[in-house]
Amino acid sequence: MQNTTISAHCAVDIRAVRKAYGVGESAFVALDEATVSVRQNEFFTLLGPSGCGKTTLLRMIAGFDYPTSGEILLNGADITSLPPFKRPVNTVFQNYALFPHMTVAENVAFGLEALGKSRAEVKARVAEMLRLVQLEHLAGRRTSQMSGGQQQRVALARALAPQPKVLLLDEPLSALDYKLRKEMQSELKRLQYETGITFIFVTHDQEEALTMSDRVAVMSAGRILQIGTPREIYNRPADRFVASFIGETNFLTGMLQDHANGKAKVALKSGRSIVVNVAPGTPASGEVTFIVRPEHARLVDGPGDVRASVDKVVYFGTDTHIHLRLDSGEAFMVRQQNGSIAGCSVEAGQAVAVAITDGAAQVVKA
Amino acid sequence: MTSVNDLTTEIEAADARRRWLLASPALLTIFVAAIGPLFIVLAYSFLAPGDYGDVKWQFSLDAWMSVFFERDIFDDTLSLATAHIDIFWRSVKLALITTALTLFFGFPTAYFMATRSERSRDLWQFLITIPFWTNLLIRTLAILQIIRNEGILNTVLIKLGVINEPIQILFTDTAILIGMVYVYLPLMVLPIYASLERLDFRLVEAGYDLYATRWRVLRKIILPLAKPGVIAGSILVFIPAIGAFVSPSVLGGGKNMMFSNLIELQFGQGRNWPLGSALSITVMIIVMAALLIYVRNNASKDERHA
Repeated sequence: MQNTTISAHCAVDIRAVRKAYGVGESAFVALDEATVSVRQNEFFTLLGPSGCGKTTLLRMIAGFDYPTSGEILLNGADITSLPPFKRPVNTVFQNYALFPHMTVAENVAFGLEALGKSRAEVKARVAEMLRLVQLEHLAGRRTSQMSGGQQQRVALARALAPQPKVLLLDEPLSALDYKLRKEMQSELKRLQYETGITFIFVTHDQEEALTMSDRVAVMSAGRILQIGTPREIYNRPADRFVASFIGETNFLTGMLQDHANGKAKVALKSGRSIVVNVAPGTPASGEVTFIVRPEHARLVDGPGDVRASVDKVVYFGTDTHIHLRLDSGEAFMVRQQNGSIAGCSVEAGQAVAVAITDGAAQVVKA
Repeated sequence: MTSVNDLTTEIEAADARRRWLLASPALLTIFVAAIGPLFIVLAYSFLAPGDYGDVKWQFSLDAWMSVFFERDIFDDTLSLATAHIDIFWRSVKLALITTALTLFFGFPTAYFMATRSERSRDLWQFLITIPFWTNLLIRTLAILQIIRNEGILNTVLIKLGVINEPIQILFTDTAILIGMVYVYLPLMVLPIYASLERLDFRLVEAGYDLYATRWRVLRKIILPLAKPGVIAGSILVFIPAIGAFVSPSVLGGGKNMMFSNLIELQFGQGRNWPLGSALSITVMIIVMAALLIYVRNNASKDERHA
């Protein structure tokens, strides 16, 4: 059962979902008119800082919370007010929530038994699931005697066993240490590939979101700010929050000119001008903020696009971060790959010129 | 000349002395309050009754004989002491029913308390313990007032036209049960509450997420995890219930005796202290046996799980 193509069909359709606690002016809005379509077989990530509403949204898809208004559709059917045990959706909980009084096999069998599957079917499916997560040898073990990574696998096997239409993952890797987290990231991708189930993944870790997802929804303060592929989110962030939340970035300002076909010129304070990408809906002229990722700028011998003086040089092993102060006064950072052993030759106090890669600068909503 | 070895032995000996000395209040309490009296009761059960109570210091197995058998006063034949066995059985039965009823009412109560907000839980816990502040006898007399033929319960039921004649509740087993369930309910609620309070309710959510209905979640997740509380509560209720004295004597009217009434009778009007002692020891043995079976049963079930 491998179906790895993402179809245009919608697995989960979230329409104008709003969640407010309390009423009137003083109400706390946990989720504000969220609208998302998650496609079939997609690895979809809800990314945002804690308190942004991503977990609230996930809990509403699972059925633990109900929206104040709006609706949630699963494969076209309205599930907004169904109780969790009537939704063909399973969850991997943040702290796994494994049943401590049951063995690994009993944990995995729980959902199947609740669905009333025959004993033989349950047994076969549990064995298959434990093989999938490579835990066959621990079937009879109590979960409390297992390591974090093993518990994580049990939680995955338990949630995948009933073959849900959608698997919800609530920050499942946050409790693991760095190395294990890396391992589980590729494990999750493999499981999604092998099972062909739509994954909705919640995380506050932008790197995790970028490396694992087909598409990402970036959330903040109860709102969905942008939905797109990791590349779109990183290179073409819609606004200042998305740009600063994902990766490191330099913010510059300038006067917009010659706006046409998604491109424009920005006159910098230094007097020079560079070409920037402009999202639809940006005003045709006036002062704008745009971003340049640190790896999209480099120190050059010629005149470059901006001139600066070096504040600080920080060595990171694979690359070097060069912190600059632009002549116009803004802080700016350049990330340079350490291609040679000698590395970067600039020193603090030195005057340098910076060139910005063509097509890398992007205007964002301030 | 003392070697280092001798010195260490000396220090160790001093340490051991000090340890015993420090433990002496605890040991004294255990011997004076628990083991000592038990041996006195055990010794009394093997002595002959005095004429006006007390005991005669001569060895006799009569008391133990009459726990289980009675000697016909005319032809001296032995037959089973059916009166005693009836009372044993009644006590065990009433204690078991009391345990079951307190569990039935106590579990939902404890669940309700454990699912309240953290701040209001203390208040509920406080409310549950309030009855403990009133004397047991007074609480039992209050129940007597409620359930007697001219009491509130019958009056209201007659006024409402539910019944024409007052129901005879007082001086029946039902009355004893009402009294015992009321008195022992907190002993069931509090330990169950303690184990439910520690329950991770995310496990309940996980159960719902995995297609378990509310009933299935209760049976497969909440009850098994609350089991330590249920066991503790059952023990805390069963032990005092089997030896209950106030409820059966006030609400049972003396006709429907339980163990403790029978024992009291031997030390009072019966003037047969050895028999009273032998009966006391019998109760203890029954309770201990019941506990052993109960605990071992639950332990072996756990082992099969592991």
